[in-house]
Amino acid sequence: MGRRRSRLFADLTLALLLAATALPFLWQLLTSFKPEADLLRLPPFLPERWSIENYATVLVHPGLSLALLNSTGICLIATLLALGVGALAAYPLARLPLRGRGLWLAGILGASLLPVIALVSPLYLGIRLLGLRDTWLALIVPYLALSLPLTVWLLTAFLREVPREVEEAARLDGCSRFGILWRILLPLAAPGLFSTGVIVFVFNWNEFLLALTFTATDASRTVPVALALFPGIHEIPWGDLAAASIVVSLPPLALILGFHRWVIRGLTLGVLGRR
Amino acid sequence: MTRRPGAWPFLAPALLVLGAVQLYPTLAVVWLSLERRIPVFGVAEFVGLANYRFLLQDPRFWQALVTTAYFTLVSVGLELLWGGGIALLLHRRRRLRGLLLAGFLLPWALPGVVSAKMFEWLLYPDGGLVNSLLGAAGGPAGINWLGDPAWAIHAVILADAWRTTPFVLLLVLAGLELIPPEVHEAAAVDGAGRWRSFVHVTLPLLAPVLVVTLLIRTIDALRVFDVIYVLTGGGPAGTTETLTVYAYRIFFGTLQFGYGATLAVATLLAALLLAGGYLWLVAPATRPAAEGA
Repeated sequence: MGRRRSRLFADLTLALLLAATALPFLWQLLTSFKPEADLLRLPPFLPERWSIENYATVLVHPGLSLALLNSTGICLIATLLALGVGALAAYPLARLPLRGRGLWLAGILGASLLPVIALVSPLYLGIRLLGLRDTWLALIVPYLALSLPLTVWLLTAFLREVPREVEEAARLDGCSRFGILWRILLPLAAPGLFSTGVIVFVFNWNEFLLALTFTATDASRTVPVALALFPGIHEIPWGDLAAASIVVSLPPLALILGFHRWVIRGLTLGVLGRR
Repeated sequence: MTRRPGAWPFLAPALLVLGAVQLYPTLAVVWLSLERRIPVFGVAEFVGLANYRFLLQDPRFWQALVTTAYFTLVSVGLELLWGGGIALLLHRRRRLRGLLLAGFLLPWALPGVVSAKMFEWLLYPDGGLVNSLLGAAGGPAGINWLGDPAWAIHAVILADAWRTTPFVLLLVLAGLELIPPEVHEAAAVDGAGRWRSFVHVTLPLLAPVLVVTLLIRTIDALRVFDVIYVLTGGGPAGTTETLTVYAYRIFFGTLQFGYGATLAVATLLAALLLAGGYLWLVAPATRPAAEGA
């Protein structure tokens, strides 16, 4: 009896906590479907008339659609580069005899503790000097670098999980080291590679400080900056902002929720070293 | 035997990128902090420690430091209670587990800017959900959450903690799953109740995971930028201005790169000191877990 009651209590508490967690998002979702005129009149809390005019407004707004294109391109390229460079570095850290392996790993991971504000001014001066301000490259290279510590760390953990015997067989067949990594280890570690890619892509998609500093126009502006600078002519256009928030959240949401098992496995293996 | 040099071609690209985009700027910002530097006007002169002398007497710096500390402490504390609590409820639960986890994970996927916009709208004084509900319940009317110094800092803390709690939840849950169930059965046999079992068995075994989680979250909260920049811009009256927001304004609002760099170095030092402190804590804490693994 006591057991059943305590389980019911736990279920109820969980349901309440989940509702509280989802509330800000659900409210934004409801708001995005309300006509602008109905927004500030509460109650009713649910839309009386469902409307997609907010979505129509933000999707034809060039700032947001170009930002979606910029974000997709920049984050995709940076993530793929990080996976490539990261896999190369993870191989010796996981498999080859290397003096001071622990120190190398600690040093690479330690880079992720640096506050971005400490990097932003020298990077800004360098980007200005090279004439790269407001280009994709000005964000791709920093995003690649900021992703690398986590990528190397996660891929090292994933590569370690591949049984050594597979590798030995390939070596006896005369496969080069690069061949072993490319043809044997990476295909076997593909799920790890994929979950790392998802995590890194979402982090890059959401990055704000560098994006705000290194972009100036629609040529390179990413979605968090476009959303932060979303124009309001007279008053704050809450309905448009809500629709824009939902639109820019869809890619990371779909990735994280769609692949949440893989993301969780990657994260716990990477951070806690075990699963 | 040419085994050892074999590792370098693999490591070189990563080290090159990290060197150029992480190591070089970290050294360059220290150098910059010793200069008076205003890029648009071509001003660049070495001034030694003058910026640091100014920093020590700058009340705005001290206020930003206190604000950052308060933000970090309260935000991470909330996340630990909220995320840890949910993890305990989800632990060893099989029914609907995947669905519940996905639901709790949702805020973590969102950009910080989106979280800020959501809370700005929820807390909007005339017509936002919070004040409408308060009004309907007969509570105080028209509180200006983001304009009132006493409320604003807590509003930004809430917007940040909401988005980052899932991370804590995930790690604590993973940590709980690592504890073998037999340990609790043994404690029950010895007559320990649930509370005593939690305090004397679960918590000590969870300690290494908690320390790692706290380290990551503390460093992250310490360098918070997006939520505050978008939600309050550091106001009202500078009460939500953290070190990163202050440094950003000096860099790109007033273009004083020298003093901005000094503030950035101060932030860097704070992060390194905290990380060092945690590592010092972790050294003895990880040992039993490493043996148990």
